[in-house]
Amino acid sequence: MKYWRVPLDSNDIAVSRGMVVIVEERCKGCGYCIAFCPRNVLELSPRYNVKGYHPPLVKKPDDCVNCHYCETICPDFAIYSLEIPGD
Amino acid sequence: MEKNKIRSDHPLDAMLRTDRIPHIWCPGCGIGTAFSACMVAMQASGINLDKTVMVSGIGCSGRGAGYTRLDSYHTTHGRAIPFASGMKLANPELNVVVFSGDGDLFAIGGNHFIHAARRNMDITVICVNNLIYGMTGGQAAATTPCLAKTTTTPLGNPDPPFSLPLLAFASGATYVARWTILHTRDLTKSIEEALNRRGFSFIEVLAPCPTGYGRKNKERSLDTLKIYQERTVIKNGAHPMDAVMDFGNSITLGKFVDHDRPTFSDNYDRTCRPHFA
Ligand SMILES: Cc1ncc(C[n+]2csc(CCOP(=O)(O)OP(=O)(O)O)c2C)c(N)n1
Ligand code: SF4
Ligand code: SF4
Ligand code: SF4
Ligand SMILES: [Mg+2]
Repeated sequence: MKYWRVPLDSNDIAVSRGMVVIVEERCKGCGYCIAFCPRNVLELSPRYNVKGYHPPLVKKPDDCVNCHYCETICPDFAIYSLEIPGD
Repeated sequence: MEKNKIRSDHPLDAMLRTDRIPHIWCPGCGIGTAFSACMVAMQASGINLDKTVMVSGIGCSGRGAGYTRLDSYHTTHGRAIPFASGMKLANPELNVVVFSGDGDLFAIGGNHFIHAARRNMDITVICVNNLIYGMTGGQAAATTPCLAKTTTTPLGNPDPPFSLPLLAFASGATYVARWTILHTRDLTKSIEEALNRRGFSFIEVLAPCPTGYGRKNKERSLDTLKIYQERTVIKNGAHPMDAVMDFGNSITLGKFVDHDRPTFSDNYDRTCRPHFA
């Protein structure tokens, strides 16, 4: 993120980090999580799940900020994020 | 079910009948997201879930009740609201939530809706508005946009649709909001707010039905969500008269109404059984 001027507390603000978990067998391949992840963490997997859909895969794991958007937009309870505790 | 061996620690699993998941909703159907928002809101609201019930009518949206681990009721077509009202009056300590579709609540069930709103029945009604009768194959509904193609309007719908927020407001609802499934946070917050207030609360959730509506109107589910992203304008506090829904141009979202007035039970007790008051 570019700031017009660097906020005074920029060193103190911890950006939360997340780990995405995909429950592949539940996914119906709608692509919502991929299209609307604000950090572009996900992409379509070339693989098929048991139901014949392409689930998402985690393309850029380090970029996940644990915002849970993928979790809330998923119509199929097939993806969620967990906080990676900061140090 | 033996074949269902999906193991998951999804944060909502405790709220779901996981043996019935995957649900029947089509890929990209918005009902799952609306339902998920409802489950998250219930968890976050702090209400007693042992005293919370979900009531649905018939339709794809009406399948909602069957997927929650709460006490839930799948009623007949159009009758979720009278059933819910009966439950609330028989057992006033319950939180009663209706989760159903636009056809169920506003076509066959339209009269029940307006009268429950008029009486300020203390229930929360969440309507998944996918602009169509999804379950039965995509027939025109009371919410289908003018000129939209459906199986019963092959030349385009000649009729204008209801504005659900305006209908709810004019009927007397004391909480009225409209969101889309893309607006997951606002939607969840709104449901949570509705659960924690008294009176008739109505939340319209716009959602794609790629199978019944999208296919006929050449709109894939991701296209519908793009429309939600690009053409919605949030105007909290706007008069429901000004809550437009023109998919080619602008769709107004927000919380439009939130005020208090006596509920059905308040009025009934005051008038009909003053000795109990
Ligand atoms: C008394 C009666 N009339 C008609 C039907 C057929 N029917 C089933 S669902 C439905 C419409 C559902 O539309 P909606 O509530 O919008 O649900 P959706 O499937 O779109 O989620 C109709 C007309 C029925 N089941 N019972
Ligand atoms: S939690 Fe947020 S940032 Fe992480 S994958 Fe999901 S949508 Fe993307
Ligand atoms: S939103 Fe859910 S169902 Fe859709 S592609 Fe992502 S994980 Fe699969
Ligand atoms: S027919 Fe439409 S409303 Fe019904 S599950 Fe499929 S997409 Fe959803
Ligand atoms: Mg419908």
